[in-house]
Amino acid sequence: MIAHATTASGFLLVLAIVFPAAGILLALTLGGRHAERITLALLPVGTAVAIAIACEVWRAGDALVYLLGGWQPPLGVMLRADGLSAVMLVTTSLVICAAGLFGRAGFRTPENLHEARAPLAFWTLLLGVWAALNAVFLGHDLFNLYVGLELLTFGAVPLVALSGRPETLTAALRYLLFALLGSVLYLLGTALLYGAHGTLDIALLAARVRPEPVAWVAAALMTAGLLAKTALFPLHLWLPPAHAGAPAAASAVLSALVVKGSFFLIVRLWFDAMPGLMPQAAAQLLGTLGAAAILFGSVLALRQARLKLLIAYSTVAQIGYLFFLFPLAMGPDLGHSWQAAAWTGGWIQLVSHAFAKAAMFLAAGLIAEAVGHDRIAELAGIGRALPISALAFGLGGLSLMGVPPSGGFVAKWLLLTAAVEAGQWWWALVMLAGGLLAGGYVFRVLGQLWGDANGSLALRARVSRRREALALALALCALSLGFLPLQPNALLQIGRPHAAELVVR
Amino acid sequence: MNTAALFGLLGAALVGLGLFGLVVHPNPLRKILAFNLLGGGVFLVFGAVARRGAAAGMGGDPVPQALVITGLVVAFSATALAVSLLLRLFQETGRTTLRDEDGGKP
Repeated sequence: MIAHATTASGFLLVLAIVFPAAGILLALTLGGRHAERITLALLPVGTAVAIAIACEVWRAGDALVYLLGGWQPPLGVMLRADGLSAVMLVTTSLVICAAGLFGRAGFRTPENLHEARAPLAFWTLLLGVWAALNAVFLGHDLFNLYVGLELLTFGAVPLVALSGRPETLTAALRYLLFALLGSVLYLLGTALLYGAHGTLDIALLAARVRPEPVAWVAAALMTAGLLAKTALFPLHLWLPPAHAGAPAAASAVLSALVVKGSFFLIVRLWFDAMPGLMPQAAAQLLGTLGAAAILFGSVLALRQARLKLLIAYSTVAQIGYLFFLFPLAMGPDLGHSWQAAAWTGGWIQLVSHAFAKAAMFLAAGLIAEAVGHDRIAELAGIGRALPISALAFGLGGLSLMGVPPSGGFVAKWLLLTAAVEAGQWWWALVMLAGGLLAGGYVFRVLGQLWGDANGSLALRARVSRRREALALALALCALSLGFLPLQPNALLQIGRPHAAELVVR
Repeated sequence: MNTAALFGLLGAALVGLGLFGLVVHPNPLRKILAFNLLGGGVFLVFGAVARRGAAAGMGGDPVPQALVITGLVVAFSATALAVSLLLRLFQETGRTTLRDEDGGKP
């Protein structure tokens, strides 16, 4: 049995979850306009905690651990931050910060009211999503992760229906039904795993689990459930109306972060809890679904008439790239150089997509606010009126296409070379096609934005430069990832014993 | 057949029924009910697991029972959220289906 001990800065892990959760309680107690102030005060605090965790993980070169109540697993529950968790925590806090600052304009409690429904809901749900994501990234027990996943769903679904319009209610309900199916399948899988091995702690499971039918069935159920929440093709049907119907600040959080929470759990399950147990056929199947998502999502994005739906379908496509991790970064024999490259590429894809997609949703939200609609065909010349938003959209789009220098380029290059080196060239073809299709839908919008206006441009509302700058800042984050070296990244390997075999070149 | 196996099989049957209902019925209220049936089946499986894992002289392993209680709370909140969304949808539109007749207009 492995004995764990709380590391010196392990308390930071507790703070990462407790701060946003305490913020919700405080906001609901004080109510009304205090919710906004509390959230805004917590944004820098939570970000500082996330950055401190990342620095500590990097400095120690090992995972941070906190044992709740000092109890050892399997009796106790452990919080643990490895390199992956650190990267996800920082990404999450930055995107939440941008969404929170952006949301101030749309979710201000009117002066004459003590409390309004939409602002209170937005601020508390934003904190709720943040707490849930942090719990998902730090959890080390499959049942604890289930609870985190559910909290994430309960935070995300009402965000979709904030405006209360009937079509967003339908979208939220459809999202919830998909998510419920997913969560109950995941729970059934944990029941089977507990029955077979008597523990749900990830490290203990990794030591006990063997390639046998109960492990396959449990893992298949959990993966299917998580795929429904991640919206991988063909379980993506709920995503476009939900993400396109939400207010811009909420769309950014949903598309950039929430779908990644359940993806993170799929990786935790297969790479950490059941290392080396995924059959080749299953890895190829996940890769194939990812490839189908890229092609299908991109083609549908090309055909959309509305800007927010186009961006939402592009999320369906970009999620597909993440699933190339399974055929490329795992296999019966570890230690190939391409596996480390694919591992890094997959995670850079996740992070750069989070920044780029949040930037694009915020930019699209500003355009829709200024013009009063988001029909692409009628957006000609808007780029001249809102140059910063159009620039943010364009820079985010470059990252989706994989044009250098951008995070998307580094990610796709690493995945592409990994696919070629691994002799699985078919994934490389799909990635090239996906890049071309992404170029098609991004330039379709950019061509309109920077094109000639037919007639006079009537803006319905002015948008503040400060909010445009937020979208641009996110796009620049996605861009700056492009200056990472084109090689496997050491931070992503920290604290992962089963990744030790992956060669870092 | 011992009781744990019997309850495990019954749980499996409930899971099957619930899954069938969730996939086949287009009506959201039926889907919510099917989700609860499915959840009940999963909790029953947890119960069977607890009985099988019981130490000598004990009635059951307490951990799965604790998990079931948490799971019940989650399933209850999920059902409440789903029903309130459905009620709101009915108040706004007078319908309780997931048809997309608006085609996503803003």
